[in-house]
Amino acid sequence: MIRTLPCSLAYITGFRLYMVLFYIFLIMPLVTICVLAFNDSNFIALPWEGFSLDWFIANTNERLGLFKDTDLMWSVWTSVQTGFFVALFSTIVGTIAALLFEEEQFRLKGLLYFLALAPLVIPGVVLGISILLSSTNAGMYVEGALGIDVELLRPGFWLVVIGQFSFGATYVMLLVQARLKKFDRVLEEAALSLRATRLQVIWYITIPFLRPAIIGAFVVAFLISFSNFNTTIFLVGSDPTLPVDLYSRIKFSSTPVLNAVSFMIVSFITVAAMLNFVISRKKSN
Amino acid sequence: MKKRRGTFYLLLVPVLLWLMVLIVIPHIDMMYRSFRFETDEGLFVFSLKNYLSFFTNQIYWLTFVKTALYSICVTFLAFVVTFPVAFFLTKVVAQKYSSFLTLLLLIPIWIGELVTIYGWMILLSDNGVINNFLIRLGIIDTPIEMLFTNFSMTIGLLYMSMLFMIVPMMSALESLDDSLIEAASDLGASKWTIFRQIIIPYTTPGIVSGGIIVFMLVIGDYVAPNILGGKSSLWFTEQIYNKFLMSFNWNEGAAFGFLLLILSSAIVWIALKLSGQKLEKVAS
Repeated sequence: MIRTLPCSLAYITGFRLYMVLFYIFLIMPLVTICVLAFNDSNFIALPWEGFSLDWFIANTNERLGLFKDTDLMWSVWTSVQTGFFVALFSTIVGTIAALLFEEEQFRLKGLLYFLALAPLVIPGVVLGISILLSSTNAGMYVEGALGIDVELLRPGFWLVVIGQFSFGATYVMLLVQARLKKFDRVLEEAALSLRATRLQVIWYITIPFLRPAIIGAFVVAFLISFSNFNTTIFLVGSDPTLPVDLYSRIKFSSTPVLNAVSFMIVSFITVAAMLNFVISRKKSN
Repeated sequence: MKKRRGTFYLLLVPVLLWLMVLIVIPHIDMMYRSFRFETDEGLFVFSLKNYLSFFTNQIYWLTFVKTALYSICVTFLAFVVTFPVAFFLTKVVAQKYSSFLTLLLLIPIWIGELVTIYGWMILLSDNGVINNFLIRLGIIDTPIEMLFTNFSMTIGLLYMSMLFMIVPMMSALESLDDSLIEAASDLGASKWTIFRQIIIPYTTPGIVSGGIIVFMLVIGDYVAPNILGGKSSLWFTEQIYNKFLMSFNWNEGAAFGFLLLILSSAIVWIALKLSGQKLEKVAS
């Protein structure tokens, strides 16, 4: 049944077979996209018409390759920017929240912590519409009272950042908190007894200890932002992020350039994951 | 109680701002909005009409019920499919392969839902990979219609959500001491008994937290039902989407959003109660 126990051949073979099928199920869609990105055809699916790089670099009437498609490149760039700001804000506030909930005692802490976890159990769609509604309300109120049109409160780049930040911070908080739980409080007490202020302790002792988790959380927040669709769709303005752009292309005008974009994402993530794996294995050896 | 230092407020204020401005106020706003109704004269009045329209239109509440039941089924399916995988990776396979195989599980998560769902669309379409493969093998003559059905939608929902369940189950299984299983086995327990009496009770916290994540992802998903599902596979999020972005009836949309929030929280709450868990523990 487990490593240390002898088990029948049928059991172990059956189990291995199941695992092979599971991994095939897992990578099948990814491999398909990657192969078809190089298909010399005007349709997204089969049949295979031969190898071609057209959907990356062509610029003809019939075919517009990924790197020549300025709209698509622009939405990639929008997503990168969005991801950067979401990751930045989420990391700052999420880390602060982790410090607050781990190290301080105050009234209503339980309630506040529950609220901080709430984005995990609020569907992304609901988060999107509630932020859209209240920002629109606030925008109308400001316009009515002061006569100023606040760009920030209308669907657009910054509203997307705000919407994604609202749940990104929760994930950062959980990741940082997990590391903070392993922190030896004696270090803080030593610094405090040597007359460091609380802020100095956090800055010179706690934050350096948390650094790996903070960097990891930044990357996670970036990736969450980069692939988010459910919340973003309600907050997006005239510049779509990549998932929103991909979605409308899949729905209304799918060309194999979608395969090319997907190929880039799949290979980027895979290479990054492999690199991370190799580096962390080297470190632990 | 000792006097508060400035640092405390430096930590408290940003967190309070985040939670109040982006979580609490928008949801109060949404609730408020769901009770507003625009009369023919263009005035906004308090009304239950938005909710009434939900209960009187069969299509709305049928979709609602279907989404709820379907999400529970997909969550259960995800458990059945991934539990053996979690068990294999933590207990059966040689340790040196385990971390690499686990890494492979994370890649589809980071690639993101839209790309993987698109991949399934290509796989399942009439001239897609699977149909071509089956025709070439001579198993079928004409393509089977797989795309735009409940089947394709289920595959999509399962694929994009199930991996999130493996990680919490693996961490629960990792802390399960092998000697418990060995002892039971030495005393003559069958595999099924060990599974039911030791492994499942021990990993319940991991199963519940994984299940809640999967359930939330499935019930709140828009991409898989919309891209892979057909005319008959309506999802409640699609109704919300239509209210907001197609018919611009934001009041009714707010009511629908609020109903979805209540539904999902209620089911999560019941799951937590039934298993005796707390949300705080699930998250960690």
